[in-house]
Amino acid sequence: MTRIGATLLKTVLLGIGLSLLAGCSDNWNNPYPGSATQANVLYSAFSERPKHLDPARSYASNEVEFTGQIYEPPLQYHFLKRPYTLIPLTAEGVPQPRYLDATGNVLPDNTPAARIAESVYEVRIKPGVQYQPHPAFARDAAGRYRYHAMKATEVAGKTQVSDFEYAGTRELVAADYVYQIKRLANPKLSSPIFGLMAEHIVGLKALGESLEQAARAQPDVELSLNDFPLAGAEVVDRYTYRIRIKGKYPQFIYWLAMPFFAPVPWEAERFYAQPGMAEKNLTLDWQPVGTGPYYLAENDPNRRMVLKKNPHFHGETYPVEGDAADQQAGLLADAGKSLPFVDAAVFSLEKETIPYWSKFLQGYYDSSGISSDSFDQAVQFSAGGDPKLTDSMRKRDIRLFTTVETSISYVGFNMLDPVVGGLGKDRQKLRQALSIAFDYDEFISIFRNGRGIPAQGPIPPGLFGYVDGVAGLNPYVYENKGGEIQRRSLSTARKLLAEAGYPNGRDAKTGAPLVLYFDTMASGPDAKSRLDWMKKQLDKLNVQLVVRGTDYNRFQDKIRKGNAQMFEWGWNADYPDPENFFFLLYGPHKKIATGGENAANYDNPEFNRLFERMKDMDNGPERQQLIDAMLEIVRRDAPWIYAYYPKSFGLRHGWVHNVKPNLMANNTLKYRRIDPALRDTRRAEWNHPVLWPIVLLVGALVIVIAPAVIAWRRRERKTA
Amino acid sequence: MLAYILRRLLYAIPILIGVNLLTFALFFVVNTPDDMARLQLGAKHVTPDAIARWKVEHGYDKPLLLNARASGSAQLTDTIFFKHSAAMFVFEFGKGDDGRNIGNEIRTRMGPSLAIALPVFVIGLLVNITFALLMVFFRSTYLDLWGVVLCVVLMSISGLFYIIAGQYFISKLWNLLPISGVAGGIDGLRFIVLPVLIGVVAGIGSGARWYRTIFLEEIGKDYVRTARAKGLSEVRVLFRHVLKNGMIPILTGAVVVLPLLFMGSLITESFFGIPGLGSYTIDAIQAQDFAVVRAMVFLGSFLYIVGLILTDISYSWVDPRVRLQ
Repeated sequence: MTRIGATLLKTVLLGIGLSLLAGCSDNWNNPYPGSATQANVLYSAFSERPKHLDPARSYASNEVEFTGQIYEPPLQYHFLKRPYTLIPLTAEGVPQPRYLDATGNVLPDNTPAARIAESVYEVRIKPGVQYQPHPAFARDAAGRYRYHAMKATEVAGKTQVSDFEYAGTRELVAADYVYQIKRLANPKLSSPIFGLMAEHIVGLKALGESLEQAARAQPDVELSLNDFPLAGAEVVDRYTYRIRIKGKYPQFIYWLAMPFFAPVPWEAERFYAQPGMAEKNLTLDWQPVGTGPYYLAENDPNRRMVLKKNPHFHGETYPVEGDAADQQAGLLADAGKSLPFVDAAVFSLEKETIPYWSKFLQGYYDSSGISSDSFDQAVQFSAGGDPKLTDSMRKRDIRLFTTVETSISYVGFNMLDPVVGGLGKDRQKLRQALSIAFDYDEFISIFRNGRGIPAQGPIPPGLFGYVDGVAGLNPYVYENKGGEIQRRSLSTARKLLAEAGYPNGRDAKTGAPLVLYFDTMASGPDAKSRLDWMKKQLDKLNVQLVVRGTDYNRFQDKIRKGNAQMFEWGWNADYPDPENFFFLLYGPHKKIATGGENAANYDNPEFNRLFERMKDMDNGPERQQLIDAMLEIVRRDAPWIYAYYPKSFGLRHGWVHNVKPNLMANNTLKYRRIDPALRDTRRAEWNHPVLWPIVLLVGALVIVIAPAVIAWRRRERKTA
Repeated sequence: MLAYILRRLLYAIPILIGVNLLTFALFFVVNTPDDMARLQLGAKHVTPDAIARWKVEHGYDKPLLLNARASGSAQLTDTIFFKHSAAMFVFEFGKGDDGRNIGNEIRTRMGPSLAIALPVFVIGLLVNITFALLMVFFRSTYLDLWGVVLCVVLMSISGLFYIIAGQYFISKLWNLLPISGVAGGIDGLRFIVLPVLIGVVAGIGSGARWYRTIFLEEIGKDYVRTARAKGLSEVRVLFRHVLKNGMIPILTGAVVVLPLLFMGSLITESFFGIPGLGSYTIDAIQAQDFAVVRAMVFLGSFLYIVGLILTDISYSWVDPRVRLQ
């Protein structure tokens, strides 16, 4: 037994020794063994593995982080320009809609939306764009596809795409875009935008029904989408396709910049549909095939994902236009240079914030967000309230970048609720009083480390319609005091509450205290302080708040059935248009009855009328006027307490260049440039192994063991 | 013995059906297929049609346990329970809600889980037994007293603290090992050392104290006195006689967990970025992926039963007086 134990111990020690030796070639704590020095590789992390990489299905931000680099929709957002501007990606230009009446006659651009029967978008793509190398395109000498008719036994030895000996490519054609639009209707894919697009694209709903019938009739047969026509998407010629939209829907153009409308080659679907592929997770949902600057070279979502430069990338150059601030920040230093800059990007799975943060400080991640745990270590606020890096961060040449997100957090009132709902003057005043009482300026300071700005309405900064400064304040909650925006006083709130029929927080008729119910998904010790703060806000008005914490499903259920009274919610922009926020308050989109996105069930006929006009208009003074009028209505009615627009803080090392937060674009990896030599120097400087603890540990063990050995020997001698 | 093992394996079938049924009932009481669909489809643009399509795609469009519309045996077989559970008895786990093959995931993730759990188990067992025997050797001395105090201190510290402190000192402050991650081949050893070290240290307190109690009970027995009377050294008495006779209670605890090592550790895997089955389970629970949760509960139950059978077999191996019938 002792001999076996000794052998095992030796083996373990040998293993440790060998492994440490293996690390001696670079820093001992380097988490990228075997990585070449000065490699032009960007290192990043992901905390949650992506669920879908199929462009018809992926919607979450952690998914488009990958699909955005691999797939190329026809349009993209300009990297530097603000407000966000669409520019061509694979398209020759940004398509302008052609409007038709019911008989197919072309209408002038300024035709009122009511008269427009169809909008036609004709997209012409650039010739010569090639797909990434992939076995789905590989052909033999006779021109037949090598891997389109494999048997399960032939697939048996393959576990990843790179296991196939041959790979090929082909030119991107307009038919690939049309094919992908049809895929949105494929019932087997459950595309999250099918319902929405079926309302807009001519014939998409009918295609969905046909495909569903076909799938039901032959459940085991893969649907061949090329056999199903779609009236709303047709190929005009090899490089041109046409999309027909019902009526006028100007926001459709933004969807053309999302991976949902990126091309998918039919060969890839045919390749992955073969028997034995899905069992190995060889599916289009996990192994994307695109034309973008990068392709997914290593796909192990349980460990790491590696994007490598697409050798067939059609080429693109760094933008040459930007504002003075961009120029000053060095964001135009690479103007006109060929993209992409980095050869590869390694994304490692990092679920916990502590190791993520430590690796960033060691130089093993090139950029990082800032979690609450490390916020004080990284950022401090100046007397003027501006965030700046701490000395320790500046010493490491770490840079801070901040941006206000195109999102809003709000507390919604259920407008169908008998206590807080309704459009009567007294209900308006009640909600206005509550809006003043919830001091979100304080909330941002306490719970978000200053990462947010108090919201003045539903439209966040960066979108058309948002007015900055005192001109854009919500006059029902804030006031202009010498050019400063200040929250109205509690006495104003108390006065409004009294006028609403609740003097000093009690019902004027019955004398009963006003008790309100707040539904939230937050629960547990982490959320307790925040929920206590919520209660405290209404205590100021002598109003009681009962917090009802629940899980995600029950919460959704309550909202869907209109059982909540007050609730917290948020919205993140799909595209940079005010319509994408105002539609959350549009009456016909009420949760109750329609199942729409209007969770507050707000329904003001005047607002609805203005919304219907505004949504189809082009940006301009007339649209701004309408938006101002709509803002006045929703501020007065206060169906939401406009809480805050979140502000995101990020950090990057000094060796990372061309970082400008772009909340609409998801294909920004191609603009990143790094200085690998500087990174290697810094890593070596920051990660010298400290050996004295090992010496100390061995010494301590000797001190502890030596008396024991002496005692043991004494005892042995005694026994003898 | 073969008949005994076969009989025990057959007993396992109704147990596994029961476990499956219980998991199914518990999961669906709090989580309907509609809820699952909504969670998977996200918060935006979710229509009743989209929910219906998701349910069809994932096979959740059928009744839970009894299909009144079907006839004959299809009333039981054309249900969510049967469609999703029957195949598990031949280890066909189907797909998770993310479309990935669960069987493939389990096969891939078992390795990383074992890479941590097995060394922690083996080294931990050796260290704990050695430490316990040392305390017994020096029983009633200051070394024993301080050994017990040390064990109590080690036991009182949360497992999470060991991880955070270990990562902070060893990886962040002293730069000796990578803080998290995983690699293949010889490089992989560098990533294993820290979690194994932490796992072993975190287990010393409870393990060594328990084994000490076992050995102290043995050391007072007559055969030990006889061995000493024969003139055997204390070391020989401890390692040759006490350790061997103390093996039965040690085996009870050790062998039963042996198959469960495949299941990995939830917290360790999460903090060290190890793509094992522990992190797979916790991710599935968080994502309410019933298919994966069900598969992991089934696998866990099966391995636990295997562990119990192995324990019984090991009894007869260690103690020839034990006969399995």
